[in-house]
Amino acid sequence: MTQRRAKLLFCLLLSSALFCAAVLLGHPAAIFSQQKSTKEDSLVVPGEVGHSGGRLVVSLRGEPKTLNPLIAADARSREVISVMQADLIHINRSTQLTEPALAKSWKISPDGLEYTLVLRQGVKFSDGQPFDADDVLFTFQVYLDENVHASQRDLLIVGGKPISVRKVDAYTVVFRLAKTYGVGERLFDGLAILPRHLLEQPYREGKLGQIGSLTTAANQWAGLGPFRIKEYVAAQRLVLERNPYYWKSDTGGNPLPYLVELVFLFVPNADAQVLKFQSSETDMISQLSAENFSVLSRQQHGYTMVDAGPGLEYNFLFFNLNDPGEKASPDTRKKQKWFQEVKFRQAVSDAVDRQAIVRLVYQGRGAALWGLVAPGNHRWGNEKLPHPARSLEQARALLKQAGFSWSTGTDGESTLQDAAGNPVEFSILTSSSNADRAKMAALIQDDLKLLGMRVQVVPLEFRSLLDRVTQTKEYDACVMGVASFDADPNSDINVWLSSGGTHLWNPSQAHPATAWEAEIDRLIEEQMSAPTFEQRKKLYDRAQEILVENQPMIFLASPDILAGAKNSVGNFHPAVLEPYVLWNVERLYLKNARENAGR
Amino acid sequence: MSGERTLAWWLVFLGMLHGTVVFAGFFAPYDPAEQDRQNPYAPPMRLHLVDTEGHLHMRPFVYALKLREGAFDQFEDDTAHAYPLSVFVRGSRYRLVGLLPSRLHLFGVEGTRFYVFGSDAYGRDQFSRLLFGGQVSLLAGLLGAGLSLLLGLGIGTLAGYYSGWKDEVLMRIAELFLALPWLYLLFGLRAFLPLAVSPLETFFLIIAIIGAVGWARPARLVRAIVLSAKERDFVRAARGFGASDLYLMRRHILPETKSVLLTQLAILVPQYVLAEMTLSFLGLGIPEPVPSWGNLLSNLQQYSVLVSYWWMYLPALAIVPFFLGYLGLASLLRERRDGCKIERAGQGSVT
Repeated sequence: MTQRRAKLLFCLLLSSALFCAAVLLGHPAAIFSQQKSTKEDSLVVPGEVGHSGGRLVVSLRGEPKTLNPLIAADARSREVISVMQADLIHINRSTQLTEPALAKSWKISPDGLEYTLVLRQGVKFSDGQPFDADDVLFTFQVYLDENVHASQRDLLIVGGKPISVRKVDAYTVVFRLAKTYGVGERLFDGLAILPRHLLEQPYREGKLGQIGSLTTAANQWAGLGPFRIKEYVAAQRLVLERNPYYWKSDTGGNPLPYLVELVFLFVPNADAQVLKFQSSETDMISQLSAENFSVLSRQQHGYTMVDAGPGLEYNFLFFNLNDPGEKASPDTRKKQKWFQEVKFRQAVSDAVDRQAIVRLVYQGRGAALWGLVAPGNHRWGNEKLPHPARSLEQARALLKQAGFSWSTGTDGESTLQDAAGNPVEFSILTSSSNADRAKMAALIQDDLKLLGMRVQVVPLEFRSLLDRVTQTKEYDACVMGVASFDADPNSDINVWLSSGGTHLWNPSQAHPATAWEAEIDRLIEEQMSAPTFEQRKKLYDRAQEILVENQPMIFLASPDILAGAKNSVGNFHPAVLEPYVLWNVERLYLKNARENAGR
Repeated sequence: MSGERTLAWWLVFLGMLHGTVVFAGFFAPYDPAEQDRQNPYAPPMRLHLVDTEGHLHMRPFVYALKLREGAFDQFEDDTAHAYPLSVFVRGSRYRLVGLLPSRLHLFGVEGTRFYVFGSDAYGRDQFSRLLFGGQVSLLAGLLGAGLSLLLGLGIGTLAGYYSGWKDEVLMRIAELFLALPWLYLLFGLRAFLPLAVSPLETFFLIIAIIGAVGWARPARLVRAIVLSAKERDFVRAARGFGASDLYLMRRHILPETKSVLLTQLAILVPQYVLAEMTLSFLGLGIPEPVPSWGNLLSNLQQYSVLVSYWWMYLPALAIVPFFLGYLGLASLLRERRDGCKIERAGQGSVT
């Protein structure tokens, strides 16, 4: 008892000494304002109260390219940036609904065109500089500047016009849209608010694209997120430390984040990540394949594995539906004739054994899929979409209706042939780096053999695959997967719209090639500006139905989000939205952190 | 003479191994590409003679597999029903030696699938895949070795016989071939090939590639022998009698290279089988679902497979006797050759 009291006394003495030292060293403002901010303007986050201290180590699939949100295009950079930056309004990854972040509250005008955001007061960037409406204005100016080429720009063009931003006072900002926008305040999620005091100079000099590399000195970079950069060791790790000015606190009034340090180890290989997790070098692991998940589940000691359910990734097979043009070879034209036939695509869809895909590829940790909206998206799925069971009879009947027939070879194997007597043969591309999709393709190959189609699976390096699908358009069919970044149709808009770059079966069309694509375009655009959720949902449901009727994409399956963490990690609640395990990073804590701190 | 006998034993041993692979359709119970989606990663099944109630059966039998509750890849024996093993059963269609259509298999089980070596991710029978995979891999090895020896023989003989600038040029090219980083070139080459290459085309392509790549070493060996052989007294004598170049090569010089070529063949075949395996392992080889030994081993690239399913290693073990056979043969042949050389050398000194 006395020992503990002595320790407590010592801690008190130490902290007061530190406090005095800070005052004497000329940083009084930092400490006072932090205390003030916790009283007035910090956001209180509900949930289990942890305690501060400790470092959490996670692995990252390779080195992030940049810390600069303006130019970050790769998933690794985005993951790191998501814990260093903050947005005005945030989507809670668990409830999939919006909640206040840097904006304390917001109001949408009755016509749906004006968004008035009230900013949190007394918030500071991670370098201690205050945040106000000028930072917001500057941020959106940069995002919308064509010369900056920010990837966020497209998201901020509504109704063909960029969003306009107006400052009312130091803590009130008004955004004006040219057209009503159904996505509403979700628009602000992920749009990091940039520090004007650091970036204005480089912006004027046109150098915004070059800054924010990982080698940036810690005092040259700041954000509003829970962590800030501490150390970067090339090819090994990136160490972040807690942002002492962070604007959230727990229900006990303790400032967040709990963790003192967050370390990203660069481990490029999924299997190596598993080994590092098993050997306790990392504390958490996410984006696990089902195989590795079951390996880890089988020999669990000291850690917990969590299956968060199906995520937002959807895998699908699609055929090349591009107009081959005049110069196409007869072979291409012959195949185009099959692929353009709706009944052919429906027959393929009927023959695919989705349950087998879920079982063999995802070891049952996934969901079969019949439409574009993955089951992880709780609000937008169309419950009325048909889920036909696999039926080879139905498939054969459809093919017969479309003029196909079967011939029996000397081996007794039947071969499907078209009306002109050509045997049906084609190839399916898959990415050689994705074992799951290669497996799906192999299963489809076997399924279609039962219909008499001779299919070859061609694994290609992902970039050359993408080049073939979107640029040269020289391919027959392809198995691919897309992970929506948000549970809102807007995140898949480029898949839906015929002018979209990821409208994969026939990308970037000048005019919709078919009547049904035109109809989908109309529905999607209409739902974007429909005012209520119910109206949007109705339009979106119809678009999903049309997609399923025409089967340009044959949906296969959606994998579960699988993650694991050491038992000592508190508040570990993986979500099905990215970042899967770090979405509540400010609340993650180490249960044994006290002992470490005492050391 | 005991050398002759050992040689015969090695040949019989290799012959038997090859026989099982050549007649894979007969020895393998199933079609190598046939999937059993209910039984992925099934472990090797045991043959029983005594059932769970203690009754002795006349014929060995197996129990069907059933999934353990809630598991994906944990099987247990379904002891409700015993399936006896039968011999000479009718099963999946195949062509014996690639020609004769047949449905006869050495063994099989009615009512359930019998996995001798377990099954892979798609529930395909590993044992059947191993045998059929051997057809691809061994044939690629044999034909590839034959091709490169043929090339090596031709080029080596030309270089050795004519010497001078022809020799210089050919040998420099040979050195270039030895120095090139082949694996990376092959990756580059794959990019130029058409997108979808059928398994048969790929097969011949692989043979052409590994055959064309490997001619340099045998060519140098052959050249050395030809160089010394053309200076032999009996060759000079024949030339003095007016024999043509072609006659000399055919009658006197090429026979000298026979023992070297045989030894090289025995060394190169396993090497080229390995080359095919490397190519398939790296995804440049025969496309799935056609089995080859390289494809079978490439399953082991995944960590989860390595630690979860020990029977996926079995193909690697099964390949060992083939290599042992070939390398044993090669060392015997080399011993014989060296013996001959000593004899020859003795004769030469007398004349």
